Amino acid sequence: MSEELTPEKELDARGLQCPMPVVKTSQEIKNVSVGGVLKVMATDPGSMADITAWCKSTGNELVKMEQGDGVFIFYIRRTN
Amino acid sequence: MSENGPKKASIVVFSGDMDRVMAAFIIATTAAAMGMETSMFFTFWGLQAIKKKRGTGKGLFGKMLSIFLKDIDGIGPSKMNFGGMGRWMFKKMMKDKKVTSLPELRQMAIDMGVKLLACQMSMDVMEIDREDLIDEVADVVGAATYILEAQQADITLFI
Repeated sequence: MSEELTPEKELDARGLQCPMPVVKTSQEIKNVSVGGVLKVMATDPGSMADITAWCKSTGNELVKMEQGDGVFIFYIRRTN
Repeated sequence: MSENGPKKASIVVFSGDMDRVMAAFIIATTAAAMGMETSMFFTFWGLQAIKKKRGTGKGLFGKMLSIFLKDIDGIGPSKMNFGGMGRWMFKKMMKDKKVTSLPELRQMAIDMGVKLLACQMSMDVMEIDREDLIDEVADVVGAATYILEAQQADITLFI
């Protein structure tokens, strides 16, 4: 599982406010190959719900979500 | 509702208030980010959000009105503007909290393919020409075009 989660790309969305983490994620996922993983780091607490909603709406898979030190980390697998 | 293809969002921007226009662009960029085909229809006071910073109008009334028409950076909030103080304060507070500015949000919307439409009739009444609007405006249209957009949309909003 863990080796599968090696991100192909990383997006540092720390310090950005709504709706930028989601907007940047939607742009960055295009640079990841289908099946690849994008790691997103954000500090906006709303991103927890928002990235989840974005994945649900776009069909990309939210593989894992972590939080610590006020940073939220998302591992998103591009599905289409 | 769109039967196949991507979902669609259609937003009427009637207001020229900074806070309302901000909400409109946040929703539009987010809808586009979520894979929706998004269009914004700017009418009446909302035209200020896609207007260049320059004087408009041909006749006396049009030129008088022009004094009160701003561009996206010049519009004030719906409450507590106090002759521009409120605009300055909100801009500063948003900047301090690292909220994306309104001109940046508009550029983001354009970059993400949000379709900007301008209302022909309001432009005629307010004596605003196509050249007075930013180049990125996709088309100048009437209400029927908006209704067609809205008919096919999964989300419609009037702001």
